[in-house]
Amino acid sequence: MAELVKLTIDGRTIESEKGTLLIEAARQNGIEIPAFCYYEGLTLQAACRMCLVEVEKTPKLQVGCTLPVAEGMVVHTDSPVVRQSRKGMVEFLLTNHPLDCPVCDKGGECELQDMAFRYGVGESRFLERKVHTDEKQWSPVVFFDAPRCILCYRCVRICDEGIGVKALGVANRGVVAEIVPNHHDHLECDECGACIDICPVGALTSGIYRYQTRPWEMEHVGTICTHCSDGCRTTLGVRNGKIMRGNNRDRSGINGEFLCVKGRYGFDFIEHPERLQSPMMRVGDSFEPISWAAAAEEISRRFKAVKERGGKFGIIGSNHTTNEENYFLAKFARQGLGTNNIDHHRTGDLATFFDALSGRNDALATTADLYSASAVLIVGNDLSQQHPFLAYQARANVRHHQAHIYTVTSGPVREDNYSVGSAANVEDLRDKLKSEKDLVIVFGDSVQGDALRKLVAFGDSLGIPVKYVCLVDYSNSRGAFDMGVVPRDGGMSIDQMLAAPDLDVLWVVGANPLKRGSLSAENAFVVVQDLFLTETARRADIVLPAASAYEKSGTVTNVCGEVQKLKQALKVMGAKTDLEIFGLIAKEMKLNLGIWLPDKVFEEIRKNVRGYNVPLPVVATGGAAPTLPLNGHVAALPGVIQSAGDTLFTSGSLSKYSKILNAVMEAPGGLYEGSKER
Amino acid sequence: MTFSPALEERFAALLQKYPEGKTRSAVIPMLIYAQDEVGAITPELIEEVAKRCGVAPLQVDEVVGYYSMLHRKPLGKYHVQVCTNISCMLVGGEELYEHAKKKLGIGHKEVTADGQFSLEEVECMGACSWAPAVEINYDFHHFVTPEQLDKLIDGLKKAH
Ligand code: SF4
Ligand code: SF4
Ligand code: SF4
Ligand code: FES
Ligand code: FES
Repeated sequence: MAELVKLTIDGRTIESEKGTLLIEAARQNGIEIPAFCYYEGLTLQAACRMCLVEVEKTPKLQVGCTLPVAEGMVVHTDSPVVRQSRKGMVEFLLTNHPLDCPVCDKGGECELQDMAFRYGVGESRFLERKVHTDEKQWSPVVFFDAPRCILCYRCVRICDEGIGVKALGVANRGVVAEIVPNHHDHLECDECGACIDICPVGALTSGIYRYQTRPWEMEHVGTICTHCSDGCRTTLGVRNGKIMRGNNRDRSGINGEFLCVKGRYGFDFIEHPERLQSPMMRVGDSFEPISWAAAAEEISRRFKAVKERGGKFGIIGSNHTTNEENYFLAKFARQGLGTNNIDHHRTGDLATFFDALSGRNDALATTADLYSASAVLIVGNDLSQQHPFLAYQARANVRHHQAHIYTVTSGPVREDNYSVGSAANVEDLRDKLKSEKDLVIVFGDSVQGDALRKLVAFGDSLGIPVKYVCLVDYSNSRGAFDMGVVPRDGGMSIDQMLAAPDLDVLWVVGANPLKRGSLSAENAFVVVQDLFLTETARRADIVLPAASAYEKSGTVTNVCGEVQKLKQALKVMGAKTDLEIFGLIAKEMKLNLGIWLPDKVFEEIRKNVRGYNVPLPVVATGGAAPTLPLNGHVAALPGVIQSAGDTLFTSGSLSKYSKILNAVMEAPGGLYEGSKER
Repeated sequence: MTFSPALEERFAALLQKYPEGKTRSAVIPMLIYAQDEVGAITPELIEEVAKRCGVAPLQVDEVVGYYSMLHRKPLGKYHVQVCTNISCMLVGGEELYEHAKKKLGIGHKEVTADGQFSLEEVECMGACSWAPAVEINYDFHHFVTPEQLDKLIDGLKKAH
């Protein structure tokens, strides 16, 4: 237990850990000291002077955001002189501020507005002309309005310390000081928008949101990003059935405020004009819209016929759909159609991973572990590109806890900038790793099969507590595996399905195996559920329009095995959730597969899927519940395991339909070799 | 970019001087010394200092924009800095500056056509007790009158 000191704030005696900043100590005790530049988790700036307080026995007002508490300190946060100073500060900050709140995006959630309202005087003694500069566009997502800026440096610090990009700086000084982008008149960066959301005023604004709406006109829906497997929680601002923005300012969820460009901006694919609106049936070379009932009837008829004559099914599930959908699809395949030929594009060797760690209850790292472990070893992955949130966690760990990062990667990665050891081989790092207190090993798709077992053996031989993360790509790859969308018990893998000349049915749910592969069975009846007419959907006999993750409820499991809840943000015309579609077909086929409501299916999952007996309240209230699927042998599976090779700016076929992700100049990213999505 | 051996030596010592991981602190002295040798802070120099100190070029650029003694364009051989801040202003600093403008035929931060002189109106140089003060390159001149300034400048003109 750290040493405690006693101090008095506004007449209240409080106890606080030695070294705590006064502003934090006050906050912890429900006393607000106003602040602009102070930002939890970032370095101290002491630039705005909004936090000045009176400390007895010191001649001048003290800076609350940099002053550590001390024994016997007597602080006044609301004395006349403090109030007067705050008025002065607000008046000063407004010297050149345009006060265009009625048209400013930030109006209604602006910290300057709040402070001016609470602490300001309402009039100014400055009669001079305000210094004005025109707004600038720095990228498709970042705009800057200098006159509104209060120079708190939050944006500069979050970009440098949080994102590790250092794309923002301050040019000049005094009244003409201005935030500037790294390339003179434009930004070349991660385009994450963190700087925009952290800006206390409306100086940095977002290309998709600016001048569109006001905060109070939106409904705020907390759900999970659908792009990568890190599982960031994003709070979508929804107005009239349209997602206006995504952010996580409320710091709910595992990711706090972090979101990458995909999470913050990459949802416009849902309103892409090519989005499928109605079920379609192939007639000759083209498609004709049909009703849901007719589609279900046709599918049911064909499925039943194949089932009756003992024909061959091939089912390819998705790594984007919910656990409930995956579970139901696996059940549909095995119980409903009597086949084990079910698979999905596997991007990490989870089978070997779970097998190698079987029986342990402390070997799976959570996203939080990446922030708290004393060392992190990254093997074979460009974390900042492919797992932005995990990279952020590790970076924050270095910043806040001086954690040691080690890298074993094939090329240079951002983590090299702050790693303490890079090597071509983990063995070369053995001595250093052995002296760490504990370690998290994060590894990519190149580590599979025997190599994976060897890596685990290496970790175990270090003699320190080691946890692991087996990286997988999309928002619910982990869920697809856990729910059994895999060719267990002699089932066929994707490649085997595509290669089988006698395949009778290929049912593809939210995947695009024909993007790179081709289907040998010319006469197979192909059903595809997707948002768009993908390469695979073009080959379909029946195409069914599916809802995206932002349009459905359910749960997903992230790369670290944490289960989180999706909350439906909007309804779309025409499309149905994949779960509803399964239910519709099951009903038509008169199969008894149970109720297909997400909550009911989740109950079943909690009962039947190993490691998923997670506490319901945690999930229901938007928390992340870790799963523990490590009990017993997991058989190796046939088929290829390969990452899709997405970058910070791509996300399989989804990003193809996102205008904003394609608009940024950094897309698709240097690493990008063309999606290996299947 | 490489510098003279003497400067290289100085830089090496500089980088040793700060605690580990704090080489950012070397940015300002490096810029000042390099400016004296290179003549101005060029984009190339910014890149170089950034590389040596392990920071982003933008972070060096910030420093260059902030400090008025760092110049992006070459100065004259003799850089005449006249203080017009309060102590000097009270005893004729502004008149002295006006005089210097006329004498050299150039304005604030301008350079004479022959590249010999440049002029700058500066803020307090910490020489208030001897106001009005003028600094030419690194040399201070105290209690300067317009006549003395003429003499100084003429002397320098002759000197080369
Ligand atoms: S968008 Fe992200 S990477 Fe780009 S400047 Fe802002 S914080 Fe930095
Ligand atoms: S742009 Fe916003 S975050 Fe950046 S310094 Fe200005 S007010 Fe602060
Ligand atoms: S890191 Fe992954 S989950 Fe998080 S916002 Fe980006 S794409 Fe979405
Ligand atoms: S919050 Fe303390 S100076 Fe800005
Ligand atoms: S005011 Fe001129 S030196 Fe101080």
